[in-house]
Amino acid sequence: MNPLIESVRQCFPDAVAASHTYRGDATVVLRRGSLLEVARFLKEDPAFQMNYLMDLTAVDYSTFGKRPAPAFFPSSGVSVRPSPQIPDEDPWPGPPGCSRFVVVYHFYSVAHKHRLRLVVPVEEANAEVDSLSSLWPAANWLEREVWDMFGIAFRGHPNLKRILMYDGFEGHPLRKDYPVKKRQPLIGPSN
Amino acid sequence: MPPEVNTTFGTTADLETRDMLLNVGPAHPAMHGIIRILAKLDGERIHEADVEIGYLHRGFEKMSETVDYNGVIPYTDRLNYVSPLINNMGYCMAVEKLLGIAVPERCHYVRVIVAEISRISDHLTCIGASAMELGAFTVFLYMIKAREYLWELVERVTGARMTVSYCRVGGVKGDLPDDFAEPCRKAFQETRKVLGEVDGLLTRNRIFADRMNGTGVISAEDAISYGITGPFLRATGVDYDVRKDCPYAVYDRLPFDVPVGTRGDNMDRYLVRMEEMEQSMRIVERALRDIPHGPVQVNPGTGRAIPAAEMVDLAKVGNIVAIADGSALACPTLEGSNRAAHESIATHDKRVFLPPKEDTYGNIEGLMQQFKLVMFGHGVRPPRGEVYFPVEGANGELGFYVVSDGSGSPYRVRVRPPCFAIMSALAKILAGDLIADMVPTFGSVNMIGGELDR
Repeated sequence: MNPLIESVRQCFPDAVAASHTYRGDATVVLRRGSLLEVARFLKEDPAFQMNYLMDLTAVDYSTFGKRPAPAFFPSSGVSVRPSPQIPDEDPWPGPPGCSRFVVVYHFYSVAHKHRLRLVVPVEEANAEVDSLSSLWPAANWLEREVWDMFGIAFRGHPNLKRILMYDGFEGHPLRKDYPVKKRQPLIGPSN
Repeated sequence: MPPEVNTTFGTTADLETRDMLLNVGPAHPAMHGIIRILAKLDGERIHEADVEIGYLHRGFEKMSETVDYNGVIPYTDRLNYVSPLINNMGYCMAVEKLLGIAVPERCHYVRVIVAEISRISDHLTCIGASAMELGAFTVFLYMIKAREYLWELVERVTGARMTVSYCRVGGVKGDLPDDFAEPCRKAFQETRKVLGEVDGLLTRNRIFADRMNGTGVISAEDAISYGITGPFLRATGVDYDVRKDCPYAVYDRLPFDVPVGTRGDNMDRYLVRMEEMEQSMRIVERALRDIPHGPVQVNPGTGRAIPAAEMVDLAKVGNIVAIADGSALACPTLEGSNRAAHESIATHDKRVFLPPKEDTYGNIEGLMQQFKLVMFGHGVRPPRGEVYFPVEGANGELGFYVVSDGSGSPYRVRVRPPCFAIMSALAKILAGDLIADMVPTFGSVNMIGGELDR
């Protein structure tokens, strides 16, 4: 068992829904309500000192495992034992049951040189999580990007608006139900 | 606010002052690529700035979900198009981690060599372009000249200069050319000469130093909290380098130093980049010395070398006998690899990598392996799972987060672009500086539109 996961579990027994170390990446699946509290702990606790919020993104799991099967031989991707050079203690638990989205946080500590991934499942009906921009200014733009691409809102974000797409853009392009070939012409600036 | 001064018109407090809004970009020569900075000015000083990005958004992440795993590689070229080989390497290593396969040692060395050459060309471009914006046009020309020598090296290895698509999941497209060490030595000799000249032209140049010293300052704490990595972070004195702190490939075996600055200003970033180029050359030279032996020529007694194109023609008319004991004479930059090279540059996992050309044209197993990998709906199929793999890009930590649902195309590919973090801090860095400082500060960010907007 990974010591990082173990101590998050000990400090927040109610917050942790699941955990795994698939391919050596320590991952904790959190319940949504305790994100801010756990994130603050990870940043401030001397055993963690996660001073970097390296990445913040989301995944839309709505078509996971439902994509059309390839032409003839759906089983050609045989899974064999991984190379001994790549750690593999845990199987991957799979996508989060009924939640459509997950928000994924990657933390890194310069002092301890360890990484931790937090995964927060989010339902489509109430797609909102707490903003981490008060703890890491890096979250500001990254959360704007997740809002732009997935339509997941961040509670307490100072300036939650689109970042890569333009203001009049309709929909959230990285959602799986957004068609790849859909076009939205941008007709002149409004002013 | 400046101190109150008594003039014939009363104190400055009596004067009506208003902030002026200045719009720089999106199409402005100093905004490499397309970026818009809305600066609120008090005289010449920037009060507040608002940075707007997204003008180069091409939907990299969305497109990656529609193609197979190897089909993403050409898209990664177009992320940071000045050092595409590092992106290739990062993406391929992420997928390899997901697949759980290891590549041969020589392949790691080959990737490290080309990635470091790319890093030098990236730094050359960054310093050259930002020096040009400060009026040092000579430096720009010198640096582009040096970059040309390096791109010739890249062309020798990959067959292309910019959009190289050289790495493959499980290996690289072809081996290094036979005589690679010699042109490499010559190119580095030229690059070092250029770096010496540029150092003489810039480092103690009063005009350059005055614009660089003390401008665009960011503290180490701020840089970390904004998620800034790479030379921009190291200029503040934090020695975080993915190659040292989370070593991948064979970086833990190659000696190199991580240069750090002390003040976190534009001058320090320039100095850090200058030194990193030297360190990268050191890595390449050492790697070329230590690289395990490459392919040995196929024994001429048993295998005739037939050009791969002729082999295809013979195979097409069913003349398998003529090529049965032959070996492919494949041009690694165009046609892939022959058996001799194949052993040392690609994984032996048949699920992942194309077979050597002799097998593709010469026997049914090889042909099936080739077809199973290139036909639509087949190809590389990692098991279900998610991985994050960071490499040290030219601008900082370049991370790939890949989710697989077990099908032939990635379920989700996320890039952590290093200059996104720097750009998010840019408004803070610019505030308080003069408007003229915007140019060297923005230049030192080394903003690459391709990876910033994806």
